[in-house]
Amino acid sequence: MSIVSFLLIIFTSLFFTGIVIRTKSIFSGRKGPGFFQPLKDIRRLFRKGAVYSKTTSFIFQIAPSIYFASVLMAIFMVPFGNQPGIISFQGDFIFFAYALALGKFFIIISALDTGSSFEGMGASREALYSLLVEPAFFILMGSFALLTGHTSFYEIFGSLHFGSYISYGEGTLAAIVLVFIALIENSRMPVDDPKTHLELTMVHEVMILDNSGFDLGLILYSTNLKFAMYGALIANFFLTPGYEWYYSLPIFIGVQIVFAVIVGTVESFMARFRMNHNPQYIFMLTSISLLIFIGVLILKKFV
Amino acid sequence: MSLILGIIVVTVFSLLLLAMAGDKQKGNIALFAVLINAVLSSCIAIPTLCGSSFEQIFYGGNVFGQIAIRADALSGWFILLMNFTMLTGILYGRRYMKHYENPPGRNPEGSANLTLHFASYIINHFAMIGIYCVQNSLAFLCVWELMALSSFILIIFEYGKFEVLKAGINFLIQSHIGIMFMTLGFIWVNSRAGSFDFNAIATYAASVSPAVSFILFLCFFIAFAIKAGFVPFHTWLPYAHPVAPAHVSGVMSGVIIKLGIFGILRMLLLIKGDFLALGYFILAISVITGVYGVILAIIQHNIKKLLAYHSIENIGIIGIGIGLGCIGLGLNNPYLAFAGFAGAMLHTLNHSLFKSLLFYSAGTVYQATHTLDIEQLGGLIKKMPQTATLFLIAALAICGLPPFNGFISEFLIYSGLFKGILESPLISTVFLVSSVLGLVIIGGLAMLCFTKAFGVIFLGNERHQLPATVHEAEFTKLFPKYLIATLIILIGIVPQIFVKAISGPTALFTGKNILQQEPVAFIETLQAVSLAVIALILLSLIIWWLRKMVTRSAVIVESSTWGCGYAAPTAKLQYTANSFVRPFRKLIHPLLMMNKTENALIGIFPNPVHSETHPYDKLERVIIDIPLKYLKGFIGQFRFLQNGNPQFYILYGVVFIFIVITIPLLMNALAYLNELIKQIGQ
Repeated sequence: MSIVSFLLIIFTSLFFTGIVIRTKSIFSGRKGPGFFQPLKDIRRLFRKGAVYSKTTSFIFQIAPSIYFASVLMAIFMVPFGNQPGIISFQGDFIFFAYALALGKFFIIISALDTGSSFEGMGASREALYSLLVEPAFFILMGSFALLTGHTSFYEIFGSLHFGSYISYGEGTLAAIVLVFIALIENSRMPVDDPKTHLELTMVHEVMILDNSGFDLGLILYSTNLKFAMYGALIANFFLTPGYEWYYSLPIFIGVQIVFAVIVGTVESFMARFRMNHNPQYIFMLTSISLLIFIGVLILKKFV
Repeated sequence: MSLILGIIVVTVFSLLLLAMAGDKQKGNIALFAVLINAVLSSCIAIPTLCGSSFEQIFYGGNVFGQIAIRADALSGWFILLMNFTMLTGILYGRRYMKHYENPPGRNPEGSANLTLHFASYIINHFAMIGIYCVQNSLAFLCVWELMALSSFILIIFEYGKFEVLKAGINFLIQSHIGIMFMTLGFIWVNSRAGSFDFNAIATYAASVSPAVSFILFLCFFIAFAIKAGFVPFHTWLPYAHPVAPAHVSGVMSGVIIKLGIFGILRMLLLIKGDFLALGYFILAISVITGVYGVILAIIQHNIKKLLAYHSIENIGIIGIGIGLGCIGLGLNNPYLAFAGFAGAMLHTLNHSLFKSLLFYSAGTVYQATHTLDIEQLGGLIKKMPQTATLFLIAALAICGLPPFNGFISEFLIYSGLFKGILESPLISTVFLVSSVLGLVIIGGLAMLCFTKAFGVIFLGNERHQLPATVHEAEFTKLFPKYLIATLIILIGIVPQIFVKAISGPTALFTGKNILQQEPVAFIETLQAVSLAVIALILLSLIIWWLRKMVTRSAVIVESSTWGCGYAAPTAKLQYTANSFVRPFRKLIHPLLMMNKTENALIGIFPNPVHSETHPYDKLERVIIDIPLKYLKGFIGQFRFLQNGNPQFYILYGVVFIFIVITIPLLMNALAYLNELIKQIGQ
């Protein structure tokens, strides 16, 4: 039964970016592509040939596969309500973060492998932003570990319950932080604009300029997977134990849809920040998660 | 008895042999000496890890008294990890030193230098075995001094260069400041307890108040922290590492600075004070050390200097483990204590592995390209694919990424920290959360640093005209690196075995009786981790295979890198190391000190301008350079005393003797006067 969450995340990843794109087209008054257009694009990429730069080495060839594998590995750890993930142990969220970091390491060095100034620029930015995001995630997990008294995803979410108003507040704040983390990790607005056409202002897109064919398909699809994965984590805050599957399933799907719509809305109405404002913005996340932590600390030690 | 005698005999004999052998044989003799000493000392170490202890007492004459040679599990663990790195060090160094060999019969000076180098290596190994086993403070100081002096000679191999000598002397002075503090501590204990034996430290520390024992601990802590490179005692490290030959840098970073860690752990075993306060103190200093080390590492452009700052960072991580363990002892929480000490000791091993691998690889790159400046390198992966892969493995391991060994020790420390957050009082929680924050930041920054280092050295195009002869190193040079890489991967994939081995030394801290459950709980978790790690590797392979299958019939074209349609990009257009870290450097600007020299552009058609940026350690400026300047100013007042006339010097001697004799007399006179006044008062 522990495979449930994996299957659900794969399932939601199929239409996640579709919803985002649909939301954007509705807000901008366009007809827009269909729900499955992103998937069709990826499918076509999978079957295409590829162009490799003469500068690149085997690093460039293996990096997309490892990146994709690391995202899948992280998904293995995500639970579904009171169902643990495929792999679950004490401190699995540490492994979760570090597995993602492994993928990121490879995608960064594969960008440097091309010897392009643009891709170096993107790699530098991506490395900086992802390192700034990490503390927020760890503090967040630390606070929920403190709140529930457990140190694995499954046990934390399994014993999370909304007893008081404060814990409602904590849950909402945590969901907000995770939305922000997902936006930054997937290089979306307001930190990065995936639709920009100027290399100088890109972050993630400029890193993968030289990838093509199957590799590009893998990288693009892992973005979908990562969105669905963070969506699943957010959904877990609302899948309180004791609920039957016919409650949790709609909640899970609902949260994912709301999350996708939020992403679309943010991208429709916000402009991208100036590059040098991004770190401040990301620091804000760490401070919100510290706020959550202090809230939990007060709840546990004084109340 | 026979083992210790054997080690001494092998050392002396090989030193004699070394002096007589030809240049070509010196490396092999050193290798055999180190190998035999390693086997002999491992015979002492392995039984101690299994639970038995080793004890022998020599009579060292009137001065030393009884010299106790004791080895417990802690010594055993450190001896084993040292032996491995010393062995790979000499395996690699023997090939590395080939470049400095002379044709027979010429340049006896160079030949003597080579002899001195290998002799110091053997002596260094011998002295370190001594440090781990000798438990008599006077004898301990002797072997420690032997270690410091032989390290000094190892560092200044290329003594003809100014910066080499400067770094060497810097190392020598700072080592001796450490020895001064250590001597102070030993004298203090000896004057109170009347014995040089280490057990006297334990009995003395138990008999005084916690505050006094804390100060005693502090005395030893400073001594060992200088060796280990805790901030703010780290300033010798970034000078000594880059100038030493690569295998010496690897050994120095891998095992010599770990002597400091060993010393701190040993003192924690002996001085059982207020562990909670000790834990907070060590945790705070370690987090600062880790973060500061990695921040400075990122902005370095000399590869070996960068690695040296990373040693400081990793000492910080080990320190976080030790601090966590102390807090665990203070709170009586065996889980924390086990996670902390086991994490710290495993990370000591891990760091000695990946750091020596990084230094050896850097040495290979240096010997191929003759530069350590990473801004001049690039594209080496095509010419040296094996070295590049080995460097990549070590880089991933030092960033703490699965499936390599760095992740395992960091995972242990993390799980301890998180568990501690749940189960400890408010103040500890605050400390532990800050440590989590510190560890996360260290991990992220290390990733930034090593993507930069690996990317700029090995990937892309050559940034500078490199010698045409750059090629992969020969197998004898790669072999020790493969040995290390195998162990790195092994620890990453089956960590449970190593954690089991480490439960022996950890039990010394946590006590034997709780040893039953905690390691078992950990080993279960680590089994799951090992499963996850294997799953990650398999998953990558499966996707790689899928990719191969799907793209089998696809058209693959080679072309130049995309440059917005510009078809003639040059290597100069690539991102440099400096520009890669620029956003980060701007962010933490207040913490840094960048010395920039740049001449301004003048006129409508300006001449070429030259701009140079050198990062400098701000802390070094504040705690070393500025006080030194004032000290020099003050002492300079007395320079007239050193006027070069022997007559004056004889006079100084006479004055000194006179003062030494008169001081007691004067004291007596004062005491007599005091008595007299008292009598009058009555």
